[in-house]
Formats: sequence, C-alpha cells, structure tokens
Amino acid sequence: MSLIILDDIIAAISTPPGNGGIGIVRLSGKGCIEKADEIFKSRTGVKLTDKKSHTVTYGDITDGEEIIDEAIVTVMRAPSTYTKEDIVEINCHGGNGVTSSVLSLVIKKGARLAEPGEFTKRAFLNGRIDLTQAEAVMDIIEAKTDAARKAAVDQLSGRLKEEISALRDDILSSIATVEAAIDYPEHDIEEITYFDLGEDCKRFINKLEALLETSERGKIIKEGISTAIIGKPNSGKSSLLNYLLDEERAIVTDIAGTTRDTVEEFINLDGIPVKLIDTAGIRETGDIVEKIGVDKSKASAENADLCIFITDASEALTKEDKEILEFVKDKKIIALFNKTDKGIDTDTDYVKNIVGEENCLFVSVKKGEGINMLLNRIKEMFLGGDINFGGETLINNVRHKNLLYNTLESINNAVVAIDNRIPEDFVSLDLKQAYEYLGEIIGESVDEDIIDKIFSKFCLGK
Amino acid sequence: MTRYEADNVDVVVVGGGHAGCEAALASARLGYKTIIFAINLDSIGMLPCNPSIGGSSKGHLVREIDALGGEMGKNIDKTYLQIKMLNTGKGPAVYSLRAQADKNRYSEEMKHTLERTPNLKVRQAEVVELLTENNTVTGVVTAAGAVFRAKTVILAMGTYMKARCLHGETIEYCGPNGLKAANELTKSLEQLGIRILRFKTGTPARIDKRSVDFSKMAPQYGDEEIVPFSFDDNAEDIAREQIPCYLTYTTGETHEIIRANLHRSPLYAGVIEGTGPRYCPSIEDKVVRFSDKPRHQLFIEPEGEFTNELYVQGMSSSLPEEVQIKMYRSVIGLENCEIMRTAYAIEYDCIDATQLKLSLEFKNIKGLFSAGQFNGSSGYEEAAAQGIIAGINAVRYIQEKEPLILDRSDGYIGVLIDDLVTKGSKEPYRMMTSRAEYRLLLRQDNADIRLMPKGHEVGLVSDERYDKLLKKIADTEAEIERIKSINVGPTPAVQAMLEKYGSTPLKSGMKLSELVKRPELDYYKIAEIDPERPELPKNVTEQVNIMVKYEGYIKQQMNQVEQFKKLENKLLPEDIDYTALTNLRIEAKQKLDAIRPRSIGQAARITGVSPADITALLIHLEQLKR
Repeated sequence: MSLIILDDIIAAISTPPGNGGIGIVRLSGKGCIEKADEIFKSRTGVKLTDKKSHTVTYGDITDGEEIIDEAIVTVMRAPSTYTKEDIVEINCHGGNGVTSSVLSLVIKKGARLAEPGEFTKRAFLNGRIDLTQAEAVMDIIEAKTDAARKAAVDQLSGRLKEEISALRDDILSSIATVEAAIDYPEHDIEEITYFDLGEDCKRFINKLEALLETSERGKIIKEGISTAIIGKPNSGKSSLLNYLLDEERAIVTDIAGTTRDTVEEFINLDGIPVKLIDTAGIRETGDIVEKIGVDKSKASAENADLCIFITDASEALTKEDKEILEFVKDKKIIALFNKTDKGIDTDTDYVKNIVGEENCLFVSVKKGEGINMLLNRIKEMFLGGDINFGGETLINNVRHKNLLYNTLESINNAVVAIDNRIPEDFVSLDLKQAYEYLGEIIGESVDEDIIDKIFSKFCLGK
Repeated sequence: MTRYEADNVDVVVVGGGHAGCEAALASARLGYKTIIFAINLDSIGMLPCNPSIGGSSKGHLVREIDALGGEMGKNIDKTYLQIKMLNTGKGPAVYSLRAQADKNRYSEEMKHTLERTPNLKVRQAEVVELLTENNTVTGVVTAAGAVFRAKTVILAMGTYMKARCLHGETIEYCGPNGLKAANELTKSLEQLGIRILRFKTGTPARIDKRSVDFSKMAPQYGDEEIVPFSFDDNAEDIAREQIPCYLTYTTGETHEIIRANLHRSPLYAGVIEGTGPRYCPSIEDKVVRFSDKPRHQLFIEPEGEFTNELYVQGMSSSLPEEVQIKMYRSVIGLENCEIMRTAYAIEYDCIDATQLKLSLEFKNIKGLFSAGQFNGSSGYEEAAAQGIIAGINAVRYIQEKEPLILDRSDGYIGVLIDDLVTKGSKEPYRMMTSRAEYRLLLRQDNADIRLMPKGHEVGLVSDERYDKLLKKIADTEAEIERIKSINVGPTPAVQAMLEKYGSTPLKSGMKLSELVKRPELDYYKIAEIDPERPELPKNVTEQVNIMVKYEGYIKQQMNQVEQFKKLENKLLPEDIDYTALTNLRIEAKQKLDAIRPRSIGQAARITGVSPADITALLIHLEQLKR
C-alpha cells in the first residue's frame, strides 16, 4: 500500500518544457530550504537557511564536488507563499539538460517529483486560494494525475516492463519465503538462510544495476529521440527522410501528421529509437509558402530533442537559412551541407560558429554519401548524453530512474541487515519497500500480493 | 407462536463463542445489563476445531485482547496443556505465543467466568428474529417466542447460520460438532436488507489415543520457561506439567487413496458452494495443489487431559467416512488408529463485513453490532478480538460516546477490523503478520503499552492494573535514558567482554546504548560492564533491549505511522453524498458510497479509489470547512 503523503517536499520544473533562457525548479514543503542547502553553495558562503524570507542568493548548484550550473535561488518562507509552505525556487539556465539535471539532483536528495497540479492543490488545501479557483484545480488534477500516471507506465518499453515485472516477482518470492516461515513457524518450510537471502539480493542488485544503466542511456522511454529535419524548401529534407527510412529497415511505425502537416517516422538506430519529424508534404511554391516552410520548421523544431539542419552546399546561405538557424541555435543541432555532388560554395564558417565544427557534415543524400557519418554522430551525441529527452517523457524518465535508485537502496539496506545478521523479519521490510518502489514504476500496488504468493508457493494450514 | 415479553436489557449477545463471550463480558463488566444466548450452553467458549490458542499473529491478538481487558488470555493461562514461544529466532516483532488448550476445561472455565460476572445472564435459546423500529434495533425473539427488548444487539453466531456439515455423500444439517444449526435468523436479517454470503471451512478427524503408535513420531514439547498470555499472570503461578504433541507425516499411500477418491469429496464434486480459506486447505486440496510434495507434515495434538481424543492437525477432510479411515491409517504411526469423530467440511451463512462501520455497528441499522466468524473471519482469536470491540462499542453507543476504533497502527485488532470492513473478504479471513504494515511497532511484548491505556479509558482496565503499566513505562524510559548517557571507554574489562562475543574492540569512548545496537551484542550481554545497572523486572529489560537495539527501524516505522495518522485523522462526514461529487470517477463514487469510509485514510485503502479521487475528497473537505 503506497501511502499518500500530504506535506513532504515536492519538486518540479515550473517553467514550460522546451528551450527558454531560464529554467526554474521549484520545491515546496517543510524542510525544503534545508534540502536546497544540500545542493547549493552560495558565492558568499551564506546558508539558505540563514536567509530571510523572499530573498535571492547567487551561487552554484553542486552535486558533491561537481558544479552542475550557476543559479539564483529564491527562498520564501511559510506562510506567505503560494502553497503556504516553505518554497525554494532555483533559477538556473534553461534548456532541458540543465534544468532537469537540477531536478534530478533534488529528487536524488529525497524530494518527491510533484504530481501535476500538486502545488496548486497544496495552495488550496492550505487555504491559499479561493473557492472559484478550486474548480480549476480539480480540472487540472482530474485531467492529468491519472493520465500522467498511465502515460508514465505506457512510456515504458514492453521489454523493460517485462524485466521489471520479472524482477519484482523474484523479489516477491523471497519475501514470501521469509513471510511464510514467520506466519507458519511450525511448518516444514525450508527455512530461507541468510546465505540464500544474500544470494537473492546479489541477483536483484545485478539486475537493478543493469536496468539503471539502460535508463541512463535513455532507452527507458519508448518515444525515442525526437529529431526535427529542418531547412528551407528544396534543401533535401524529404530526400533525407526517405533515404533513412529506406536504409534503416527497422521502421517501427509511421504516423502521418494531420494537424501540423508534418510527417513523423521512427527509425531504430542500433537500438536507439529515433523519431524523425519532417515538414514534408507542403507544396513549396511562391513567396507565401516559403514563409510557411520556415514557420513549419520552427514549429517542428520547437519540441525536438535534436535538429538536423539541411542546407544546399552548392549555393550561398539565404535569409531563410539564417533565420532558421537563429531560431534553433540553442538546440542540439547537426548541420548537413547537402548536394556536395554539385560542389561546395557556401559560408560554412557561419554555420560552424553556431553549431560547432564537429556537428557540421558534408553529405550528398542523392548519392548516399556521408549518411553514415550522420548516423554515427547521432549515436555519439545520444550515448554521450548530449541529447536529452524533452518535456513529459523526460520527467517520467526522472521518476523511473529515481524509483530504480530507491529500489536499489532498499536492497542495499537489506544486504547490510543480512551481513549484520539482523533477524530476517527486518530484511523482509527492506525487500517489501523495494517491491513497492518497483510497483510504482509499472503502476501496480502491493495489496494482497504477498499473501497470494505465500499460498501459491507453500502448502500451509491445519 | 405466542410471544411473551421475557426481559428488558441493555445488550443482547447472540452466540456464546469466542466473539460472544468477549462481547458479553465487556458490556457486563462495564455495568450494563447483558444477556448472552447460546444454542447450547455446553458450547460456550467451545473450540470446535484445533485445540490451541495463539500462534503467529493470533498470539498478538490474544495479548491485545488481554491489554484491553478481555478474557481469552486469562482463560488459556488457566487451561493450557502446553505453551511455546514461536519464531524466537526471527526478530522481536514476530515472536508468537501459542498454547495447546484443554478443550473441555477451556470451555468450562469460560462458561463459569460468564456465570460469575455481575450484570450478565446466560441463556440457552435460539434467536430467530431481530426486532427493529425506524432502522434501530429494539430486541430479539427466541424460538420459544420470548421477546427480549434491548438497546443494542451484538450478532456473534459464528458458523451456525444455516450450517451443514459434509463428508462424502453424507450431509448433516447441523452446526459444528453435531450441534443444532440456527436456521431461522438469516431470513430475518435478509428482510432487514443485510447481505449474506456463504463460506466454508473444515476440521480433521479426532482419533483415540490408545490406537496411536507414538514411538514412530517425534514428540514436540512446550517451553521450559513459559510466558503467560495475560499481562496479569506470573509464569510461576500458572506453571504446570505440560503435555507433548507429536509430529508425523502422510505417506505416498495416503496421497494415492486421496487421488483415487477425489470425486467423492463434496468440494470436488461441486456439492459445496461456499468459499473455503486458502490457509486452511483440506488434505485433498494439499495433495491436488502441491502434487509434487511427497509427504505432508501432521501434528497429533491432545484435546484435553481427561480425554483420549487427539486432533490430527494438517489433515482436515470431507472425504467419505470409509475413505477417511483408510486415509488416516496410511499415516505413519496411525496404522491402527480408531476414528472417534469423523472429519467434515462445514458450510455456513455469514455477512459481507463491508456493511459494517469500523465500530462494528451496521451502517444501516442503529444499535446492531456484529462480530466474529459471522463477519467472514476465521479463527478463535480473530473472533474474540472483534467481540471485545463490539462489546465496548455497544456500551459506548448506549452512552452516546464516540466508538473505540483501533487503527492499523494501534494493533493487529485494528488491521483485522479495517481489512474486514474496508475490503470485505472473499474467503474466511485469517490474521497474518504480513498484513500488519507497522508490525515492528505492533509486537506481542508491547501490547499492554499500546492498548492498556485505551482499555483503562474505556473502563475495562482497573486503576491498579493501569498504575502497574505506568510504572513499567516509566522504568523502561528511565533505563533507556540511563544507558544512553553512560559512556564506556576502551578499558580491559570492556575489551575482554567485546572479545568474548567476537565484537570489534573499542578505540575510543562509546555509549552503552550504542553497544547494545551491535548485532552480536544485546542489553543482557553487556551487563558485566554496566555495574550501575538497577534491578529491573524482565518485562522492563525486554522493552529496553528491543527499543534500543532496533531503534533505527522503529523510528522509521514511527515516521511512517505519523504520515499515516495525518490521513486517518481527516474524518469524512457520515452524510457525504458521494454520487453528487462531480470530480470523482464513477467507480470511486460507487465504492465510496457503499463503504462510507470514516477517514481519508480509510478511503485511500478501498480498492478502486485512486489518488486523484483522494485529492477530490480532500478538496471537497476543504470546501466544506470554509
């Protein structure tokens, strides 16, 4: 039974997902100022707990010795805050990478990822906002809470879900063995020994570490790296998409976009799911439509984790090229100088200055030259952690990873208890905790599981 | 049938089993005129199945009943044949006390206790009808037409309602042990809108001691140093010679006999419709479900000092009698056994307990309470636990006081009632330690600390008894304080003690309490380096040792309980119209409307109520408040 908690420390990114200049991570709940002190070093050495309410402090967000980002932190003390609880707002650099790293960090330190609408919910429950706003709160919560939980579960890949279920069942088996012996002491159940329990835990830990490694590489999310192919008309976007789809036979699905006139296709890049978004299908004739082309590129780039910018290598950069580049310059970009078969006659330095030399590639989609370099570069960026998932998927990724860490910690506690020969009753507590955490990832609660398992596994009774 | 006005009382208790006895004793001891009905007075406090009290988690229940001022612990202390503390190797939370009971003596003692209790009348009669006015209970009518007016009625009919006992093709329309069934009352309850379920359970054969070859079995003795069930009893005062049980096994032949005759079992032939408990499977079930097990263990347990009857624990059955004879005789040591009573399965009416409040009062009939196996539970201890709560709350109903509700962090009784009332039961519900999420705090050793203050407040625990508890608590706290303040250094005496127990030597000073926490040490072992230690009774040193040694774990659970209490303390008004709350999902509306939880916490435990629904409820509560 996972407990609903009313006043623990919750945290969330409170700026909209995407690529703003500033990202804000907000914490609320008793003890959140102390929590923030654990990850924040002010430049003057002053502690946040010593700061007055409604003041800002400049300093660094740190994970141990490592500096994550510089930040401005606002401390607001109860009750004059939105939630009527202590609140800390960490203003860091925008872009999902940094903001989410900060969020991950506070969660690692014990804050809980807020449910949708939870800040507002607390504001209401603590008497901060009025009755008319309550209905709006309910709408948010009603629409999002269950949906978000379901979405979080749905985003797990099938294989990962199976693996977690299998591990969970394995843990349940150990629990049931301990519990059956406790509840039926006079039965001839083979008593589980500390050695057996220790071996079980080793197995759990290996499995969890493998799962965590997987999740580190981001494969935990089914959706894939959202990749926008952008560029002015006739630069070769559709050709590239078609080429990739032809070459990479492992097409997962194709969804013809209807609302945005974009096409989304999935390719499987050596196990890394990549969602390609193309502004294909637009008739590109006339000045007005050229403008539409640029707007479409912007739209599809907005929510992308990675942009592939295509330009014609054989002619000078146009105004549209520059406008598109300017718009996406804070994103992860790979620039393709296409049509090298026609010769190179363009301002490559202008592009290199924006995207970095290592991200500029010369290709000929028509001849299939240089595409492998592109694919390798995507893989490198992904595995190197340069690309982060955006929006909700990222948040769920944080949630899943955090729960996996919690699970691992519980099993580690069990191991300490086993090593110290603490009675197995206590070991069982840690295992149950681990079992609950895993259940949260796949959206299942404990309830009667243990008792069901005991009776399916052992022959007991008078 | 002519009716006559027979009596006018405060509390009527229907049924003289373990629930009924505790209920009647509680209300009578609180000074309220009580009458208890049993269908046969010889069956008061009867143990119709296993001749034992306690065991894992059930031992906890007995101790909690005792702490509240109940009788079960004292009664078994008077009538045990053997006492054993189980699970002693497994951590203090799951230590469990279990006793073999002398069945007849247990029943006699309980009956005589009832008879000696002021305000309590004991009456043999079958209650056939419940009287109500305006959804409020007003009394009962017996088969003889006697009308007993009452302010409250407690239903505790156990397994007697429309009971039938089966073995093979034989069906007897009777309650346990061939006693008369209660066939009329179900109809009256149904007319009042109470939903009835049908459950089943079973019992093994009783065999003649003279026909058993004990030399082929392993004797099982009780503890040399016994621990009494009741916090009031001293081990020396209740010490007596204990009688052993015997361990034996089924054989391949047993399993063959069962398999060959499975079609004649009423359960497998589909004659039994009731739902049986998984934790109390018949030997047929065991052989079918665990077909790879070459043998099943059985305990041969004495039913009493002055009887030859032995109980064959582990071998309940509903196979035909002649098959049973062959089957029991295929067990090691029972080759020539004579059956004295045939094993049987029993089917009976009970209620869906989600119709009850946490106080055990029916939601739709005021003043009507229900307890015991009739609520869909199983076991003497589970029944008695509900009985004492129903008895107390019947009185509090008359007194117009808030009911006594134990929550999941107060005790196993709280877990038991919350589970029954919130989730209902699809099979007879057995208590298990795994059901108690805060079990580190709900130990059998501290049931008095947890619940005696409540028993005292209610009026079932005397001032004298309560003062003793307060002294125990004060002594415990003082001693914990003391060992937390004493520093020991790396002196030769300390290092020698540590070496003796294979513990790492000290480099610098350390508090005594920190030494207690070391896995290889405990409070008792470090006595030799603690010369200032005061003389303290065992019930104090036991608390000190557990609370210091497992402090970290205990604190962790206490934090969880603190969170839990926040939700339990958010009470939901009884008159909420859940169907009108637009933000609840349909399933949640239906469930909440049916269960009508007392608190947000209880609501959250209802299957089918999601966290978003709970948020909707919280917001609704806040709206009501403004």
